[in-house]
Amino acid sequence: MFLELTENILTTVPLSFHIFMALASFTVLGACGVAFSQNIVYSAFSLLATFAGMVGLFGFLSNDFLAIVQLMVYVGGILVVILFAVMLTNKISEVQSSNPSNNIIAGLCLMGLLLTVLVTSVFSYDWQTREPGPYEPTAAKIGDAFLGPYLINFEIAGLMLLVALLAAVVVARKEVKFIEDNEAQDKG
Amino acid sequence: MTVGLIHFLVVAAILFALGFYTVVTRKNAVGILMGVELILNAANLNFVAFSRYGAVANVTAGQVFPVFGIMVAAAEAAVGLAIVLAIFQNWGSIDTEKTTALRQ
Repeated sequence: MFLELTENILTTVPLSFHIFMALASFTVLGACGVAFSQNIVYSAFSLLATFAGMVGLFGFLSNDFLAIVQLMVYVGGILVVILFAVMLTNKISEVQSSNPSNNIIAGLCLMGLLLTVLVTSVFSYDWQTREPGPYEPTAAKIGDAFLGPYLINFEIAGLMLLVALLAAVVVARKEVKFIEDNEAQDKG
Repeated sequence: MTVGLIHFLVVAAILFALGFYTVVTRKNAVGILMGVELILNAANLNFVAFSRYGAVANVTAGQVFPVFGIMVAAAEAAVGLAIVLAIFQNWGSIDTEKTTALRQ
């Protein structure tokens, strides 16, 4: 009975739909963990699940380059920095309730309203779609686009990353030692 | 039951709504930054979904723009968490309800 039912589902619904549903539920459950967990370490690791699901969804959308960029920048970079910030700003004893929420009812109402508006507008608009082509590598096309029509954007993005790097170092460093050095120099 | 544009738009809408809820309700500044990451991810997912399923002339544009989105997210995370660390050094807490020096 159960085997027949499983076989029925597998034959009537294509495999790609099951893969999509698995990836999408993984992503959304991770996002739910980020939004509703009271422990900020659990929130950070739920964010890992969301990013991993997004990697899968990008791969599903035939964008291999972006999937790898997402894996390297988000999972390898941003998540590690977030975990560092969590570890540096919370005491171990307080971690159980380290991520409290306020105005939960109002937040849930706003979220429900926003979700209703977005989903109804998605379903009510007549989207012009096309049949997707076969899966093919995208890295070469993206590289050509970066050095062709998007060259200015690419250069400005690099400059912005440099400025952000310098700004992060300047904001996060402690200035106490620098001032003491200056005073020592003045006395000497 | 084939996967289409609408499925991805709904997933992105759910991600955006959850990120919005996180930004609105969290007291912990790091938690708020996590919500912003969710919102940026939802936007990137929409770009890629439209580049694959939408009737667009330039498919590459929808694949290039999320890279810029990820760049902005990386810069935002670096600067935002540096600000959070600076606030923690000055106040001893990153609770957004306690850091109200400008109000007094």
